[in-house]
Amino acid sequence: MLRLALRMLFGDRAKYAMLISGITFATFLMANSPALLCGLMSWTYSTIRAVRAPIWVADPKVEQVNDTKPLRDTDTNRVRTVDGVAWAVPLYQGLTQARLLNGSFQVMTLIGIDPDTFIGAPSKITEGNLQDLRLPNTVIIDDFGVERLSAVLGRKIGVGDVFEINDHEARIVGICSAPRSFTGGPYVFTTYDRATTDYTPPQRRLLSFVLAAPEPGQDPAVIARRISAETGLHAYTESDFSWSTIWWFVANTGIPINVGMLVVIGFLVGTVVSGQTFYSFVLENTRNLGALKAMGTSNLRICGMLLIQSMTVGFIGFGLGMGLAALNGYIAIKTGKLPSLMVWQIPAGVLAAVLFICSLAAFLGILRIARVDPASVFR
Amino acid sequence: MKPDPINALPSHLALRTEGVQKSYGVGQSRTVALKGADFEAHLGEVTMIVGPSGCGKTTLLSIIAGTLTAEQGRINVLGFPLHEMKHPKLTRFRANHVGFIFQQFNLIPTISVIENVSVPLIINGAKTKVAEARAAEWLAKVGLAGRERERPMNLSGGQQQRVAIARALIHNPPLIICDEPTSALDRVTGQQVMEVIRNVARDPERCVIVVSHDPRIYHYADRMAEMDDGRIFRVLENPAAIAAAHANN
Repeated sequence: MLRLALRMLFGDRAKYAMLISGITFATFLMANSPALLCGLMSWTYSTIRAVRAPIWVADPKVEQVNDTKPLRDTDTNRVRTVDGVAWAVPLYQGLTQARLLNGSFQVMTLIGIDPDTFIGAPSKITEGNLQDLRLPNTVIIDDFGVERLSAVLGRKIGVGDVFEINDHEARIVGICSAPRSFTGGPYVFTTYDRATTDYTPPQRRLLSFVLAAPEPGQDPAVIARRISAETGLHAYTESDFSWSTIWWFVANTGIPINVGMLVVIGFLVGTVVSGQTFYSFVLENTRNLGALKAMGTSNLRICGMLLIQSMTVGFIGFGLGMGLAALNGYIAIKTGKLPSLMVWQIPAGVLAAVLFICSLAAFLGILRIARVDPASVFR
Repeated sequence: MKPDPINALPSHLALRTEGVQKSYGVGQSRTVALKGADFEAHLGEVTMIVGPSGCGKTTLLSIIAGTLTAEQGRINVLGFPLHEMKHPKLTRFRANHVGFIFQQFNLIPTISVIENVSVPLIINGAKTKVAEARAAEWLAKVGLAGRERERPMNLSGGQQQRVAIARALIHNPPLIICDEPTSALDRVTGQQVMEVIRNVARDPERCVIVVSHDPRIYHYADRMAEMDDGRIFRVLENPAAIAAAHANN
């Protein structure tokens, strides 16, 4: 009977296509929007992903990595003296404007790292040499920066090219891979001294963060709490600082609400369209199902038929919708224009929503058919 | 599903109803469809139930088929006391013992002819391959070999009714219920369909009940029960009597 149910479903091509389309569209909306949100949220803490340090020490008022309240230069040593800290180095982070050879400007995120240890340097250098950062007036730029500057200059830039930051020469000695920044601009890495002396207008304090690591065998969370207690600064583990950044954006911007609305709309669209289409499919087949009842098909079997029909539509539509969402995400990541991150919770949640929609649609149909009198086929 | 010997009918009888009453609606809109119908049908015969529109023919047919329950009366079909059976048992009874031929054919339009014919066997738990093999045999018997994979909408009315006949017989039911089998067909096609139904009825283990108000097919009846106002007021027991009674039709 279940095979018969599927044959009845596939045989009505128009209805079948409509059912699939409804679920596919709903799945796409429900999956694409959270993926966009997750991607956007991953951009918010991209500096943490670009720099990579077990512990981040910041001003007590700092809640997210894109907000810097300068520390005192002595804070680095204060962190070093905390028991259990293996090392501590300074880090500069700030937005800067690079002036290109053709006179145009490009906003960049400038990262100044410790020149002795290179802690905080990008993990993947695709061209050039990290050690060359010790040379005067040198920078390493990320591949997004190469793309941007190449587009502006009209030619491919690379190692050896020069531009200006704060009227100082910046010579590219390396190209790296780095995550996309929330601010939209490329990352440019240089030494801490150069960043705070040459590439930034003078200020009383310029230390953005102190990066630290626990001694081997020590729990980073424990050391972070100890640093906070002893220095009065706020020390985060890498994970805590990432989440703190995400939650700050959730609480202080309208992004999650807007995206959440898209998810709700997708769910409602899916429920209404699929529910209504499936119900009308059942209504059109009422006489046929009534005849089956007359011929000796039990209500339970008819329920099984309707469930298999709705679940089949659900799984096919889910697969197509997730495929479209994955393709959309792939294109977004490839072009670099939009963020997208499909964590496993998204397909799991969407599948649960789709199963709910299909169960509801089947339930409405079952309610209708259960009331059909088998004798009605004689009228 | 086997009948209890305690309910056995005389060997020539397929079914018997006694004092069957059925009404629809409540209060002022209550309509009494059957007011005590006493009816018998014999094995190996075509028994027709005739009468004007609204006299209760279809209601009686539905009760005999087990698709409707009576409010009062006794209904013994093939040794099964339908008036004592609950819904699940009635469903199983229909699946095992009844074949249906509907007025509007009621073929499922989105599946093929052979799949339509296989339905009663599949309801009874047969595998699809086995059911379709039997269905192909029955389609050949009703003259539709070669049309197995077509959709019902591609067949004429007469061909669709022959598919319905094959579907009604594929699981070898002892009781065939025909509700206005020729009303949607022209005279010639209707006659052809009734020829098939009459041949089916010749099986001594089988009983065919036909409800009709089409006088063109009355001569196919071996027995005719005439109904009016919810009761059977006359039973004609042979073709000659039937022909004489309806000579002017």
